[in-house]
Amino acid sequence: MIYSDFLLSLLIWVPVAGGLLVLAVGEQRLHAGRWIAMAAAGITLLLSIPLYSQFDSGTAAMQFTEFQPWIAAINVNYHLGVDGISMPLILLTTFMTVLVIVAGWQGVKSNVSQYFAAFLIMEGLMIGVFAALDAMLFYVFWEAMLVPMFLIIGIWGGPRRVYATIKFFLYTFLGSVFMLVSLIYLYLQTGSYEILDFHELSLGMNAQLLIFISFLLAFAVKVPMWPVHTWLPDAHVEAPTGGSVILAAIMLKMGGYGFLRFSLPITPDASRSLDGLIIAMSLIAVVYIGFVALVQRDMKKLIAYSSIAHMGFVTLGFFLPFAIYANTGSLAGAVLGMQGGMVQMVSHGLISGALFLCVGVLYDRMHSRQIADYGGVVNTMPWFATLLVFFAMANAGLPGTSAFVGEFFVILASFKANFWIAFAAASTLVLGAAYTLWMVKRVVFGDIANPKVAELKDINAREFIVLAILALAVLLLGVWPDPLTGVMEVTLDNLLQHIMQSKL
Amino acid sequence: MTLSAHELSLVAPEIFVLAMACLVLMAAGFSSKKNQTLSYILSILTLIGAAWLSYRFVPSGREIIFSGMVVADQLGTVLKLFCYAVLAVVFLYSKNYLQQRNLLKGEYFVLALFGLLGIMVMIAANSLITIYLGLELLSLSLYTLVAINRDSVLSSEAAMKYFVLGAIASGCLLYGMSLLYGATGTLDLTELKVALAGADPLRIQFLLALAFLLVGIAFKFGAAPIHMWVPDVYQGALSSVTLYVGTIPKIAAFALFMRILAEALGDMYGSWRDMVMVLAILSMGIGNLVAIVQTNIKRMLAYSTISHVGFILLGFLAGGPVGYQAALFYTLAYVIMAAGAFGMIILLSRKGFEAERLEDFKGLNQRSPWFALIMMIVMFSMAGVPPMLGFYAKIQVIMAVLDAGMVWLAIFAVLFSVIGAFYYLRIIKLMYFDAPEGAEPLQAEIDMRLVLSANGLLVLFLGLFPGGLLALCASVLP
Repeated sequence: MIYSDFLLSLLIWVPVAGGLLVLAVGEQRLHAGRWIAMAAAGITLLLSIPLYSQFDSGTAAMQFTEFQPWIAAINVNYHLGVDGISMPLILLTTFMTVLVIVAGWQGVKSNVSQYFAAFLIMEGLMIGVFAALDAMLFYVFWEAMLVPMFLIIGIWGGPRRVYATIKFFLYTFLGSVFMLVSLIYLYLQTGSYEILDFHELSLGMNAQLLIFISFLLAFAVKVPMWPVHTWLPDAHVEAPTGGSVILAAIMLKMGGYGFLRFSLPITPDASRSLDGLIIAMSLIAVVYIGFVALVQRDMKKLIAYSSIAHMGFVTLGFFLPFAIYANTGSLAGAVLGMQGGMVQMVSHGLISGALFLCVGVLYDRMHSRQIADYGGVVNTMPWFATLLVFFAMANAGLPGTSAFVGEFFVILASFKANFWIAFAAASTLVLGAAYTLWMVKRVVFGDIANPKVAELKDINAREFIVLAILALAVLLLGVWPDPLTGVMEVTLDNLLQHIMQSKL
Repeated sequence: MTLSAHELSLVAPEIFVLAMACLVLMAAGFSSKKNQTLSYILSILTLIGAAWLSYRFVPSGREIIFSGMVVADQLGTVLKLFCYAVLAVVFLYSKNYLQQRNLLKGEYFVLALFGLLGIMVMIAANSLITIYLGLELLSLSLYTLVAINRDSVLSSEAAMKYFVLGAIASGCLLYGMSLLYGATGTLDLTELKVALAGADPLRIQFLLALAFLLVGIAFKFGAAPIHMWVPDVYQGALSSVTLYVGTIPKIAAFALFMRILAEALGDMYGSWRDMVMVLAILSMGIGNLVAIVQTNIKRMLAYSTISHVGFILLGFLAGGPVGYQAALFYTLAYVIMAAGAFGMIILLSRKGFEAERLEDFKGLNQRSPWFALIMMIVMFSMAGVPPMLGFYAKIQVIMAVLDAGMVWLAIFAVLFSVIGAFYYLRIIKLMYFDAPEGAEPLQAEIDMRLVLSANGLLVLFLGLFPGGLLALCASVLP
């Protein structure tokens, strides 16, 4: 089919063009703007289906590639392509954006057209991040994406939105500029910005360590890993519901994606020597942040901390192979850990997005996120309570949900590396259940303590559909993860072979 | 000395601008005080004519003419064409602003054109004397322009400060030139290069000469620690004069650096590199840090200029064609961005109201979403966020610095650009996150709106497709 030659470009530029169109339509014709936004997001979702159906999961090579010279003077090219790592993340992006547009249909009161435009433009830029094969193009998308998010938190956010959004922007900006220095250094070594050329470049240990650390600064902030996670609770609490969903579901995944696309293959030896650091940081995120989540009084903050803990599994899974190899002398189980990390990324995108949407549903009605203000919601909102309890179970890693698959894979893999790593990681099964279910107990069950809760109306059809679709997706990946793990297996195998070869 | 038609044709733009400036002076004198449309039209025509002449008589290569006093090369042509375009935009932004304040005098155009002539002479200079002539012509025009609102205490004070400090800086520059002359016996830049070829670069006389020259050049750039005039002049002058002061004199400063230090004293790179490094680091540091605490947007942009100058100097100290190309690209990018930023201040001002406080940008998104977007593009560009023009300017400079092997300097530069991002973000915060103080619609003529929009979109467009400008910079500085 002819359009498959430009499929990735379409996926990037259709939402951006849709966003500009919504802006042009303006505040006066709101209804038209909403439908244009819906149409743009819907078309993008439909366009992303062939990305999956025509994807060849038998090869690790880049597919759907496009190549155009862009800035000849510094050899920067408009080079796009996807493999088994980036393709699922693009699908996640197109899927979540549609849901966010639907969820924001009525809740937003001011500057509505700008709201939809920001999400659409951001969708295009995020897909660009996952699809870029040129490091400069990647960096442009990576940074440009901050702009709409900065505005989303700042314009439609809560009372401390200005503090939160500037902190978000400067934190992530600070992290990424070091990556930029490294990318330029790699360009000066190879003469091109092709990421795949960087993969083949042999580098000395000192250079690798410096590059690894600069990448770590960029990606650890984005993931976010302990101890550079403090921007996330602030950003999540202040962001509007849609902003929180995209932040948790997609943006955090870019950090994980960066590790797989940049850190591991470009600096394998530095990754090997510093994997203990990453594993330690991941475990601290899992255990310590789990305890922090336990004491939160604000629902959004609790989910934000739970996100940090769950993303700890992602980074843990990605950096296990070296430890597994050192311990057992074989790579058996190493792919499992990386697959677990990838599944965890997609699963966490769905579940945390759903949880933030649930909090949004409550917030729209009560204008409070404090757990203490609720109690007995199940009496007035039975449908909503059902879904919230389901997502809470999923967040706790209940078997049969997608979260179980990811966490189980990673824990299984970490047993091969070291018992105590597995032990610490497995503590999430207790902690995750504790903080999530305790929150649900206080919000959903019990007696109606607040007269406002007694007046709550259950979710309407629009809200139900959004949450039900997410619940279906979580369940589907939980009982049948093959469609997801199948497409990434060959790519991850290939990546594993690559990072096990020393570049020194 | 015989004058050939060829030599004359290469300086035709300068001759034309001089003649037209005199004509504008007469036209201004003979038209009524209220109506200076004729001077405006003539000034615009001057720029168009000069552009045509510069375009028509492009030197084929590097030509030294008028007994070694003047150099004509493609770098000069590009810089001059750029100056014409920016000055035309400056005139267009300023016209209504000055009219509303009853300050639309012919002198504004005459002085601006003489300043332009000074810049052109500096760009075309191949002798220390020619450079000095051009510099003084520019400086005197600038001092007077700053004082053009003579009833304002702030303006007069700024002009006085500028004049006194400028005179000292010119003196330093002249002293440096005389030391060079004493050591080599020539003022001709070409002969200077030859004379210095085998000289000991660490001779005290050369080092002193370099130090004094750099003081003069740093003053023109507004580089720290010789930056104290910049905020006062930017704040004290009328916004339309600030617009002028903040844009094309930077091109002149670039030419000054290029002609003296990069071309003539290129062999002494090792001696001046560390001096420039001190200037660059101080400029980035002081500019970015002090800008954070400003409440007046013109003062804030003044400190932001200082930090940008630090980046331009980074390009120079990286040295070699790559470094000079980066400095040129940064200078041109900065001038485009600065024109947009000061244009926005003029746009928000109206009769009896100067949009000078940061608070005046509050809630601009409610009052005019379009111009809030334009200002946002310019601010993100200055902060160095892709996909804006300013991003590639920073990339080029950092690339040059890394190429020269100074990794720590690159890290220092990116760190300070993160600090700098804060105060640009604050403007965006005011425009987008805060409620407006008043709901007055923007008053601006349609031509101003159009050109300012084009200016902002150019920043975005050149950010999306910087290839052409990069290639241009590379072709004139091989």
